[in-house]
Amino acid sequence: MAKARGFVEFNTEACKGCELCVKACPFDVLDMNHLVNGKGYHFSYMKNYDQCTGCASCAMVCPDVVITVYKVK
Amino acid sequence: MSDIETYKKELLAQGAKKIFTKTKNLTDTPFSYCGGCGHGVVHRLIMEVVEELNITHDTIGIAPVGCTAIAYEFMNIDMQQAAHGRAPALATGIKRTMPDKYVFTYQGDGDLAAIGTGETIHACNRGENIAIFFVNNGIYGMTGGQMAPTTLPGMVSSTSPYGRNMDTHGYPLSLTELVAKLPGTYYVTRQSVHTPANVRKCKKAIQTAFENQKLNKGLSFVEIVSNCNSGWKMTPVESNKWMEENMFRSYPLGDIKLPQ
Amino acid sequence: MGEDIQLMKGNEAIAEAAIRFGVDAYFGYPITPQSEIIEYLAYEDPYNKRTGMVVIQAESEIAAINMVYGAAACGKKAMTSSSSPGISLKQEAISYMVGAELPGLIVNVVRGGPGLGTIQPSQADYFQSVKGGGHGDYNMIVLAPSTVQEQYDHVGLGFELAFKYRNPVMILSDGAIGQMMEKVTLTPQLPRENKILDWATTGKTPDRERNYITSLYLDPEVQENHNIKLQAKFQRMKDTEVRYEEIMTDDAEYIIVAYGISARISQTVITMARKNGIKLGLLRPITLFPFPSKRLFELSDSLKGILCVEMSAGQMIEDVELAVRCKIPVYHYGRMGGGVTSSTEVFEKFVSLFLK
Repeated sequence: MAKARGFVEFNTEACKGCELCVKACPFDVLDMNHLVNGKGYHFSYMKNYDQCTGCASCAMVCPDVVITVYKVK
Repeated sequence: MSDIETYKKELLAQGAKKIFTKTKNLTDTPFSYCGGCGHGVVHRLIMEVVEELNITHDTIGIAPVGCTAIAYEFMNIDMQQAAHGRAPALATGIKRTMPDKYVFTYQGDGDLAAIGTGETIHACNRGENIAIFFVNNGIYGMTGGQMAPTTLPGMVSSTSPYGRNMDTHGYPLSLTELVAKLPGTYYVTRQSVHTPANVRKCKKAIQTAFENQKLNKGLSFVEIVSNCNSGWKMTPVESNKWMEENMFRSYPLGDIKLPQ
Repeated sequence: MGEDIQLMKGNEAIAEAAIRFGVDAYFGYPITPQSEIIEYLAYEDPYNKRTGMVVIQAESEIAAINMVYGAAACGKKAMTSSSSPGISLKQEAISYMVGAELPGLIVNVVRGGPGLGTIQPSQADYFQSVKGGGHGDYNMIVLAPSTVQEQYDHVGLGFELAFKYRNPVMILSDGAIGQMMEKVTLTPQLPRENKILDWATTGKTPDRERNYITSLYLDPEVQENHNIKLQAKFQRMKDTEVRYEEIMTDDAEYIIVAYGISARISQTVITMARKNGIKLGLLRPITLFPFPSKRLFELSDSLKGILCVEMSAGQMIEDVELAVRCKIPVYHYGRMGGGVTSSTEVFEKFVSLFLK
């Protein structure tokens, strides 16, 4: 079976840089950006974007609901 | 166009669908909670359940005193703000005069297990047909990390700077096990929101707590063991690890009382 | 059809009035000398037998008033009753109700204090009632019945004013009026209204924004504006809601100012004085907040002196002194800790203070 594919989008300005999504991703897709947002937080981004399966694990644990998940069904 | 944007376009062309986004039952106001705090997840789950059960127009929530005193700024439903510890009394007043509404309280461990112990136990004992969501992080977050009734033995806080000493401070209090013994409670469970799997389980528990209100069989009590990385003075990732290793030992996850 | 007249205790009149005026909920906790209110309601069982009115015996006075808060925030007519020590416990939530602009009725059947005090009647909770007994700058309308009939009527009036201003209203009774029996003309049963009020938390429908009830505004500018709005409301109460009764003040050289049971006792004093050719009248405040200050100031032009009769060490006298602005002598007479003044005592005190 082909691997599921997806991607996520961040409401970067609402991210508080807690890194819980990075930890929750089972495929090591996410990392913290070295840049900071308007509030001074490093924000999460898709480093290995082509590894994303759209499993939404990151969105499940994000305390600030900044992640929107897309998936090819 | 960057590589990632091209990739997204490609997937959208292949029929990628939005499978998760912020529920409309949350307002656009960013949460005032510290980065990594579990409150945001619990807020989201409650609001998603209310949306999915299509009961937004029939739901009234109660915000406590503590970090979530302004929960009504974030939850896009009708809400009341309660005096410290009194949320279950407000809920009683609402539910008894509007029995067809879905009523929930959202309380922390200081609110529910210290100053509001009486209101909590008696609402449970009367079998009020409401849901109580109890977020336990073992500390007073809002006031700056003081010892709570649920603070663990030896745990350092600003009012137990040498660690909680049971000889002088008493023992951690688990109201969840206590209320499970009361005939007025119908469903009592302890959950967490620190991993995707736990989040999904917790959402199920919250949904059950709302659905139970249709049955009129008593109070549903959902404890969510959570973190307070500011109060515990750890990073969010460290605090979740510390919670697994320490909090879950005193407050084990799982259902405590299931409908017979 | 003839009038519906019954012989009732003051406390029972409050309970029957609650049912007849279509109150949605009563939440209480037993305390002497007002437990007949909840006992009467429990016996009548209006939830099942009359109007569907909810009656709950709460686990504490604190829980009871917070149940009032919850129901009131849904736009319901909700009330509680207690006596002095229990009213002290309710002060936190009363302050919250004012801050959150919630209507509601609180009945205080006052007993002697301080502390656990005594179960005998007293009027020593005046300051607590009219000056805002909890924290923050606030007032509420305080009604002072002096008959069992007024106990009954003030329940209807209290809710009318509470909803008019979206502010709690207190009936400040005392152990004597609560316990004594008099005839009461009962009004026809009013239905419970079940109105959906636009500010109330009844569930957010798609056609409106969410409603939330709170007294918390963290931004000091917003909190100050909220306070200014509340103060304007209290001023409107002062401008519009002053109620009092005058007896033989037209030709009076002296008056007694007294409320509640003390006003009843003082009526006899007026009769005694008049028999002795003394031109004594009575002003009985019916609202203690707002206080009939303006009327007292007007009267003071033609008066030689005022005697305040209260069953306390002298609390209302401060408002009387402020009202007449030191133009004439104002004296206090009262008993404390459950002691009830006799009309003879008051008359002798009056004579010794003003006529000797």
